[in-house]
Amino acid sequence: MATIGAVATAPLRAGRAGERSGTSIGFLVALWAALAFALVCLATLLVTAFIDGYPRLDGALFTRYSSRVIPETAGARAAILGSMMVIVTTALMAIPLGVAAAVYLEEFADPRRWFNKLIEVNLQNLAAVPAIVYGMLTAGFALTVGLPRRVVLSGAIALALLILPVIIITTREALRSVPAEIRQGSLALGATPLQTVWRQTLPSALPGVATGTILALSRALGEAAPLLLLGGLVFVTYDPNGLMSGFTTLPIQIFSWTGQPQVEFRQVASAAIIVLLGLLLVMNALAIVIRNRYQRHW
Amino acid sequence: MSLFSTRTATPQTGPTMAPTPDSAAPSEPAGTGQNRPRPDPLADQRHKLADKPVPVIDCENVDIYYSDFRAVSDVTMVFGVNEITALIGPSGCGKSTVLRSLNRMNDLIPGARVTGCISYHEQDIYGPDVDPIEVRRRIGMVFQKPNPFPKSIYANIAYGPKVIGMDVKNMDDIVEEALTRAALWDEVKDKLKQSAYGLSGGQQQRLCIARTIAVQPEVILMDEPCSALDPIATARIEDLMDELREEYTIIIVTHNMQQAARVADRTAFFTARPSEDTGDRTGQLVEYDATRKMFSNPGDQRTEDYISGRFG
Repeated sequence: MATIGAVATAPLRAGRAGERSGTSIGFLVALWAALAFALVCLATLLVTAFIDGYPRLDGALFTRYSSRVIPETAGARAAILGSMMVIVTTALMAIPLGVAAAVYLEEFADPRRWFNKLIEVNLQNLAAVPAIVYGMLTAGFALTVGLPRRVVLSGAIALALLILPVIIITTREALRSVPAEIRQGSLALGATPLQTVWRQTLPSALPGVATGTILALSRALGEAAPLLLLGGLVFVTYDPNGLMSGFTTLPIQIFSWTGQPQVEFRQVASAAIIVLLGLLLVMNALAIVIRNRYQRHW
Repeated sequence: MSLFSTRTATPQTGPTMAPTPDSAAPSEPAGTGQNRPRPDPLADQRHKLADKPVPVIDCENVDIYYSDFRAVSDVTMVFGVNEITALIGPSGCGKSTVLRSLNRMNDLIPGARVTGCISYHEQDIYGPDVDPIEVRRRIGMVFQKPNPFPKSIYANIAYGPKVIGMDVKNMDDIVEEALTRAALWDEVKDKLKQSAYGLSGGQQQRLCIARTIAVQPEVILMDEPCSALDPIATARIEDLMDELREEYTIIIVTHNMQQAARVADRTAFFTARPSEDTGDRTGQLVEYDATRKMFSNPGDQRTEDYISGRFG
């Protein structure tokens, strides 16, 4: 009893290890410095890109094709359209496959079976495989089945393979966050497992699925390596008009322009970078909006 | 109205379903006196209870395993038609496990299996040709935590009839009927299109009961349906169970002995006993009798100890 009294009457001033000690403040400063470093790098990149690219950020950028001889008139029309086309095709392939695979793994697969465990482990590994490996895989696949490598379809296959593990993992997370009580309630009414998935679990998980999918697609949008490995075209002066059409994308176009000696090419590359960043920003913002507005807290 | 009156005409209540001449004794019409005094739950059973239950579900030598672990051993009991049967006992005695095995909800737990025989109108529900989906359509379930779907009140009720492909002439009638039966209609009739999540916990639980009776089951399993509710909401659910007994058979797991004493016609007491060789605690049925007898003159010392609060 006496000790309790002694503790209670001891002064409350800061001790050696308190919140305002030198160590604590030093650590806090280090954390701020780390954050500042990241932000300054990003800001520098954005500001230089903006200063370089601003004069070329006009209508012509969106309406003109690239040019070999007159860099002042080069535009990114083919790259912007190509990027859109490839991303839409990628989404059409990756989303149904990814969501279906996730539904199987999360709702139907018996986690005690060895092959399901194997899939589980591999999925985590696949998500960490470098993008260029998927480019090689697709190149090999295209060669085997006689598909041209430099067409929209091949590019989309490579990007779909790239983001498939990410979509599967995020969709599984979203499905897992739907409480078991919802599934049980549905099954107890005499619904089949399939009805339960279609009418309860998947709709409830949709915001999470959408968020993960958009983030995965924005990664695919900024990806150049697998497309370059497929021999992505760097000089396209026509609109892509189908799955078997040649194409270029914004990252490839930027890569190609920045390798040119003329300063005008670097300027137009900066302008294209601004467009690409704008697109990515819009997609990520959309993902955040969907998450905040529709995600349910159980 | 026609919707619910038709189900009483199905043969399940007929004496032909009784397996033995004994149990063919006429069952009393349930719920003859509406105003049972609350203060002393044992004072007045509202209706005379048949000596033996007319069986709807019949468990014989039922063992339930989770993988190698035997959770419940050797349960033999008969659940009677239009009766409320309570399963009581300390935590871990397997009463919820038994309940969930009655409509094959245990199938959803990997590794769960049942030996012995659980029959529903003399059909083994674990038989090779039996579809668990069909079992759950006849034997509905209400859970511990109210679990409405993240949809409107209307959609919550309409979901069941839709998924089981019930022949529905007018869904509005079914919704109204089910909500009326669950004593919820007056409270929600003006906000049927609003989310079920806006309801209070007690209302949500009554919505779950309404949702269950909308698919016209014969038996309703309730797994501690009031444990997440306050006393007033609990009283409403208990009154509701009383009314539902007239058309449904209700089996309820409860931790609340007073609740068992208030609502149940028969009570089964389970307890867990550690096994000699492994030390695993296995649930077993100690005693099963009319509630009045269980609470006034139990036949087993362990029942008496539990009911009088000496353990559990």
